[in-house]
Amino acid sequence: MAKVRVATVWFSGCAGCHMSLLDIDETLIDLAGMIDLRNSPLTDLKVFPEDGVDVTLIEGAVANEEHLHLARTARAKSKIVIALGDCAVTGNVPAMRNGLDPDRMIEDIYGKPVTSNGALPYEGVPRLLTRVSPLAEVIPVDYFLHGCPPPAGLIAKAVLALVDGKTPELVGPDLKFG
Amino acid sequence: MEKQIHIEPVTRIEGHGKITVFLDDKGDVRDARFHVTELRGFEQFCVGRTLWEMPGLTARICGICPVSHILASAKACDAILAVQIPSTAVLLRRLMNSAQLVQSHALSFFYLSAPDFLLGWDSDPAARNVVGLVAANPELARKGIRLRSFGQEIIDRLGGKRIHPGWAVPGGVNQALSSADRAWTLGRLPEALATIQETLSLFKGAFGDAEARRVLSDFPSMYMGLVRPDGAWEHYAGVLRIVDAKGKIVEPGYDPSRYYEIIQEAAEPWSYLKFPYYVPKGYPDGMYRVGPLGRLNACDHIASPLAQAELEEFRQRSGGRSGRVFDYHYARLIEILAALEEIGQLLADDRIGSSTIRAEAGVNAREGVGVHEAPRGTLIHHYWVDKDGVIEKINLIVSTGHNNLAMNRAITQIAKAHIKKGKATEGILNRIEGGIRAYDPCLSCSVHAVGRMPLAVEIVGPDGEVRETLRRD
Ligand code: SF4
Repeated sequence: MAKVRVATVWFSGCAGCHMSLLDIDETLIDLAGMIDLRNSPLTDLKVFPEDGVDVTLIEGAVANEEHLHLARTARAKSKIVIALGDCAVTGNVPAMRNGLDPDRMIEDIYGKPVTSNGALPYEGVPRLLTRVSPLAEVIPVDYFLHGCPPPAGLIAKAVLALVDGKTPELVGPDLKFG
Repeated sequence: MEKQIHIEPVTRIEGHGKITVFLDDKGDVRDARFHVTELRGFEQFCVGRTLWEMPGLTARICGICPVSHILASAKACDAILAVQIPSTAVLLRRLMNSAQLVQSHALSFFYLSAPDFLLGWDSDPAARNVVGLVAANPELARKGIRLRSFGQEIIDRLGGKRIHPGWAVPGGVNQALSSADRAWTLGRLPEALATIQETLSLFKGAFGDAEARRVLSDFPSMYMGLVRPDGAWEHYAGVLRIVDAKGKIVEPGYDPSRYYEIIQEAAEPWSYLKFPYYVPKGYPDGMYRVGPLGRLNACDHIASPLAQAELEEFRQRSGGRSGRVFDYHYARLIEILAALEEIGQLLADDRIGSSTIRAEAGVNAREGVGVHEAPRGTLIHHYWVDKDGVIEKINLIVSTGHNNLAMNRAITQIAKAHIKKGKATEGILNRIEGGIRAYDPCLSCSVHAVGRMPLAVEIVGPDGEVRETLRRD
């Protein structure tokens, strides 16, 4: 059987959802035999594969221009897109900056007297979007894994079902936030 | 014509970043920069929240070391309550921080960096990751996974959740250690100790020679870490010590709550991560390093026998203090050993089973600083509140930030050593990334902020024009 091609993407989040994925511990060894892990912060494949993947897991909210661009690429090139965790599902903590003006924020964080030289980061870094969005506001999403982070067992359940060609059954506690 | 090489994104690190290498007319390296490309703005949006929410909120800065933020935050809140927390709460917080050192260091070593050593710097990039490691050496991979899992499981048993446990609170912790969990932890400890000792001998055997240890650059700097009053390695309490490249004491024991007198930050237009420096030396000469290598270079000794023996051997092989970036990995393994030994020491202390774990109080001070050692280095939370405990201002200096100047120094040195006439192979780019990876930067934390670090190497010509972008796909 051909291995299922999986990508994982990290937008504005804390890496906790990726860590929860690793918290499946030794199941990872079994999973490693069933999937072909493509573009991911855990691998050195830097570019989203041209020929696409079967499943993409996305952690984090959409907060800058680069995220927006990559979200669209991931959607176009994945059969299934999963919003992994509350930041991707609702915006969660990263969206707490909504209502603050990004330029003002940059000024407050980097300007004098906070730093001694007051240089503002505007070159060679992606521009912040005015508003942080949950994933489903910018692209269609197939499955939502709730939790901050989603428990390792829930991630394993969803991924193993998809690898098996089935639809993950998300019910009861699987739909809990936080 | 100047060229740039981009590495984007930097991968197998915890955060969002990229690297630019600047070349001169001849194609030799002039400079290299590590850009941190994300910003979340915790210092802004936490204003107006209450003190009691801060450990839970700031945990979301980082899912790799949430315990670090929870503990630094709780310590800053303790200072605002102006309480001394119960001794059992101190023991339990130390236990959780030791568990976190184990899990986070194991993640960095086995999941993120080991593929470079065990599969090779120039090996196939498609397999040079944890999945490739599982395929190539399933036994070692399983041991590494179980070692990380041991740390995560202790955190779960104490706090009810592996990631973002709502456990440490202003005044102490909110759940005691059960005797069943204490017994479980003691039962699994020997396996964890055996794994780390085996990994240390493997590491020293295969990578111990001076040549291998130089591969990721070698330069002098100052080093900072918390130490106990007697100069011992420390991670939860103690005083801030800074030493020079030779280990000579520069700051013997600064009160951590007055960190701002010796540490200030600069900013650069090309990174969301600030650049802290040691004030008396100015910017950028006041470069210092933190984290595993910083702590081992700053302390006099480690207060547990196995780790102390490793520290002595490490110093002997290094001829004193080590400035080698590769030695971050070596130091990280020694720290896992020290943390495991401390877990054993803590569990042997009968006070750890008490249920007196929290001091109740209101707002008794308008400002509080919480400092401790996160896996990646000294972490500082500083809050100002109004009389009701509503946050008015926050300053966070995260571990990775302290190493920002040094990470840029490392990649410049590696790029200069390897890139000639503008030519860089994939394996060379991977070594440049390896220079960053050794510091185990947590970009999630960095910009309260950091996420995925993509690495592209961009080559920029003298006219500023981007000549070439090398990416892996
Ligand atoms: S949902 Fe929670 S764990 Fe996941 S990225 Fe967001 S803050 Fe981190």
